[in-house]
Amino acid sequence: MHLLEPRAQPSQLMRWTAPLIAIVATLLAGSFLFWALDKSPLASFEVFFIQPLTSSYGWSELLIKACPLILIAQGLAIGFKARIYNIGAEGQLIIGALFGGGVAIHFDGSDSAWVIPAMVVAGALGGALWGALPALLKTRFNAEETLTTLMLTYVATFILSYMVNGPWRDPDGMNFPQSIMFGDNALFGILLEGSRVNTSIFITLFAVLAFWLFNARSFLSYQLEVGGQAPAASRYAGFSAKQTVWFSLVISGLTAGLAGVGEVAGPVGQLNLNISPGYGFAAIIVAYLGRLHALGIVLAGALMALIYLGGEAAQVSLQMPAAITGIFQGMLLFFLLGADAFIDNRLRKPL
Amino acid sequence: MIESLIPVLAGAIAAATPLIFAGLGELVAERTGVINLGVEGMMLTGAIAGFALAAETGYGAAAGLPAGALAGAATALIFAFFALSLAANQAACGLALTIFGIGLSAFIGQHYVSYSLPGLQPLVIPLLSDIPLLGPILFKQDAVVYLSFITFAVVAWTLARTRLGLLLKAVGESPESAHAIGYPVLGIRYGAVAFGGAMAGIAGAYLSTVYTPLWVQNMSAGRGWIAVALVVFATWKPLRLLLGAYLFGAVTILQFHAQGLGIDVPVQFLAALPYAATIVVLVVISRDRRLLQLNLPASLGKPFLP
Repeated sequence: MHLLEPRAQPSQLMRWTAPLIAIVATLLAGSFLFWALDKSPLASFEVFFIQPLTSSYGWSELLIKACPLILIAQGLAIGFKARIYNIGAEGQLIIGALFGGGVAIHFDGSDSAWVIPAMVVAGALGGALWGALPALLKTRFNAEETLTTLMLTYVATFILSYMVNGPWRDPDGMNFPQSIMFGDNALFGILLEGSRVNTSIFITLFAVLAFWLFNARSFLSYQLEVGGQAPAASRYAGFSAKQTVWFSLVISGLTAGLAGVGEVAGPVGQLNLNISPGYGFAAIIVAYLGRLHALGIVLAGALMALIYLGGEAAQVSLQMPAAITGIFQGMLLFFLLGADAFIDNRLRKPL
Repeated sequence: MIESLIPVLAGAIAAATPLIFAGLGELVAERTGVINLGVEGMMLTGAIAGFALAAETGYGAAAGLPAGALAGAATALIFAFFALSLAANQAACGLALTIFGIGLSAFIGQHYVSYSLPGLQPLVIPLLSDIPLLGPILFKQDAVVYLSFITFAVVAWTLARTRLGLLLKAVGESPESAHAIGYPVLGIRYGAVAFGGAMAGIAGAYLSTVYTPLWVQNMSAGRGWIAVALVVFATWKPLRLLLGAYLFGAVTILQFHAQGLGIDVPVQFLAALPYAATIVVLVVISRDRRLLQLNLPASLGKPFLP
């Protein structure tokens, strides 16, 4: 059962090839899955991973799905470096969407150009607030952030459900749990004619640049990393652990909140119960797959977006439930963690 | 007044039953030093496996529960391979298992969306059920509820009084020492994780074949995570876990009895109550760092490479 023994030096080669190994292993396991379901693996992969990219519309959809994933993962990566495990980005996304959506509903019919900026600020605030809550519980009461962030995600879904069933339900919506459709000035402008790509991609673009600079240049980023890898050394150097917790959770909440606004003021166009197909959870995988590196996360986000698109294509062409996306996501994370084990360890030599 | 509370409390016992199974399983795994955050995923896999077998064979819960246990244990072994044999990050592996289990159960469940099962009739226990108050609350339940009583007794007794219990705890407190004496640390952890998976699977199968005998995607609705939180709340002690589970059972069914009890609050707030309550109990228990440190299995979450 003991397969591994520690390496003398962590392998830098494994650190960067582990994501590729994980992707290959996921494809192999996926082939087995398709084969077990009596589908041709090659034809299925064609539907899953190639077909979505054969049209320019497919590429634009890839962009739409990759943006929120990348945005959220950038924020999460900050915390993961410091070993602060925010797994409730989905809830922070929902609260961000609610705050932003609330602004849109309140100013419905106004023709001010400030509605969208106000929504963005409100969404960032909402997400940051939902991230600040577990930070308070952790710093003040020592409560594990993994469980509290996750529980707050459930609470957030019920708040959303209450708002779209109650105060913010569209009076002309035939009692569906949804708000009014947002007006044009509460939606991000379409960038590419004939697609759904909108100006919210500049938020993601800006975030990638900002986090890249932050990671490469700032002293705070260094503090966070030391705090994660060597808590004792970090304390000795006078870095505040509480500050790390607050910063990690507020920033990751903020990016998730922004992603929420991007959805409701973008492809979704209103508040309803299907704002996010699990972007908050998938972004955790994106962050690790991208090696917690701002540019790595961009590549990983694109791949994860393709898995989402592939799942939708498989639903249409192969009559498979879209849940297959979740199976692929789970396998990818498993294989990534397995491959990561070989950074610090190697296979034991037979005795 | 008391009379009208009996159905509420009896309902709380039934609602707590999946939490007891899943919580006890996780408790045993954590006592050996392994934290498995995949309970939600194992529960859902158990729920769909149990439901499928119950529906296909026509034997109901009698087929569903064992099927759920097997499916839960099988998925737990996937976790064990990565988290134990490859010594990968346990929290992240558990998360992977949850994402995988949610996807897998929804994928298989697609075929069973409109099915429903007969469920289980209550099994009234003679004499015991005649005890005033406690009788109708505890002893007019379905057979699986009684199985949860027995499971609790067996786990509590094993941990407190047997050589096996001592061994499990020793592996959790000091895997190095247990290894040095010659005990197979990984083997024991594999066993404990598989047991946890089987228990989570039973919890899921109870939900899908007895508690609400139909298949709904994501039907465990966070109960797996609440079970993980309950283990912390219980400070790794079975009796406190049992009491915590009943407390949560009561909070969970409050939403169905709220109107009868004259509570006029939007249904979503009542539905959110168990999750909010989980946060509250985590805060209450975690603020006492000493209490937590005293009971925390010393090697919890740390991979073991001899």
